[in-house]
Amino acid sequence: MATKKFKCKVCGYVHEGDKAPEQCPMCQAPQSEFEEIVEEGAAPAKKGLNTNSNVYTIVYAAIMVVIVAFLLVFVSQTLKDRQTANVINDTKQQILSALNMRDLPDVAGTYAEVIKNDALMQPNGKLAEYEGDFNTSYKSEFDKGNLHIFVAEVNGERKFVIPMNGLGLWGTIWGYIALNEDRNTVYGVYFSHSSETPGLGGEIAGTKFQDRFPGKLVVNGEEVGLKVVKYGKADKGSQFEVDGVTGATITSTGVNTMINKVLSAYIPFLTKQCCKEGGCEEGEECCDENSND
Amino acid sequence: MANKNSEAFKQPLWVNNPVLVQILGICSALAVTAQLKPAIVMGLSVTVIVAMSNVIISLLRNTIPNRIRIIIQLVVVAALVTIVSEILKAFAYDVSVQLSVYVGLIITNCILMGRLEAFAMQNGPWASFLDGIGNGLGYAVILVVVAFVRELFGSGTLFGFQVIPQCFYEAGYLNNGLMIMPPMALILAGCIIWYHRAKNKDLQEN
Repeated sequence: MATKKFKCKVCGYVHEGDKAPEQCPMCQAPQSEFEEIVEEGAAPAKKGLNTNSNVYTIVYAAIMVVIVAFLLVFVSQTLKDRQTANVINDTKQQILSALNMRDLPDVAGTYAEVIKNDALMQPNGKLAEYEGDFNTSYKSEFDKGNLHIFVAEVNGERKFVIPMNGLGLWGTIWGYIALNEDRNTVYGVYFSHSSETPGLGGEIAGTKFQDRFPGKLVVNGEEVGLKVVKYGKADKGSQFEVDGVTGATITSTGVNTMINKVLSAYIPFLTKQCCKEGGCEEGEECCDENSND
Repeated sequence: MANKNSEAFKQPLWVNNPVLVQILGICSALAVTAQLKPAIVMGLSVTVIVAMSNVIISLLRNTIPNRIRIIIQLVVVAALVTIVSEILKAFAYDVSVQLSVYVGLIITNCILMGRLEAFAMQNGPWASFLDGIGNGLGYAVILVVVAFVRELFGSGTLFGFQVIPQCFYEAGYLNNGLMIMPPMALILAGCIIWYHRAKNKDLQEN
């Protein structure tokens, strides 16, 4: 044991000698950065297997991959049911959040109580019962043309909740918008996001932003009038304009585009098109309300 | 030996802090420090993952072929992070929603690779575990300090609660928008490094 080994903690350079060098020749780190390598049981790796041989390397890599793959599959399979249940629960909570019922203790129970119907919009704006299982991806449903509308009843009043999807700055954003029975006044909204910047775009998930929506109107004539504009630019008297989030113009624009794109598809429902066309015999979903507005 | 272990734990907390001295993990420090809560979540998750992967790599260290050691380390870290996030999704859904953004950031955090390569490959499991905890906490401390300043002056809140009273705003006080912008994290980290270097003269470069 004539020489000791010292390793530079910064760059990994190994110095052999009786003491650590004044300065690391590789990265100029000072002496204090060096630590002595104490070889416990001196090179235990050399016990027959040559860990540097090609065969060993390839076999090692293969075994490693197989073990990790099995581990991941096992974990994913065993936990799948619980995860799906959590996602369903979370989606229901989001829908209820749009109805201003946040942080509920019993989501599934409240959902069953409040949401009367998970319906699909027909081309003429009528609602038809949705037959499938509860869905958690409304982006793919929207792309398929399945326009979901949740019919809810809060304090004896009927509300409609529409799921929305769009793009923010870094990733997807989504939300739910709840409308009053007149299909025009916003009752409440909920937004969330996958990867917007915390403190900036991430603020769309906060109630401070979402509380600006209730009371605004959605439909302006035959178009979607509801708009998110740059912070401070919203006309105080406007029934359609909502202030965006400070310092998050792109995310705010994303919310605006999402609202516009998704709700445009719902225009037949929002404007009660079937009543105007007069094709509404069974019309209890469509024309039974005070149609004088 | 016991002394060495406690050094492995204590050193990275301040004197040999991974962020301040080795300037590792800066990228994620930018992303998550606009608010305190994500900073703490990120700090703790990195601590847990560094400690666990350090232990695993340390146990495997004598069998790992030298030429593919970095890949092996990466596979271990990625698998570990994925498993932890899957388990959270099943049993602590709220936490996993919080964490979802950071999973990718944890895997690519240089502190992990740095510690695996520099420490776990040469040391036993227990020392590696302490080293991982120490480095993770050292990283977390810096995140928390930076996030504290940024959230307080950038949004006037701490943990989302309003701290700066309303009357300040009425008197004309404004939140500092620069604070929530990413460059401010670098500037603050720079200030901390400045202080750190001033206190530890032997680290000063010429």
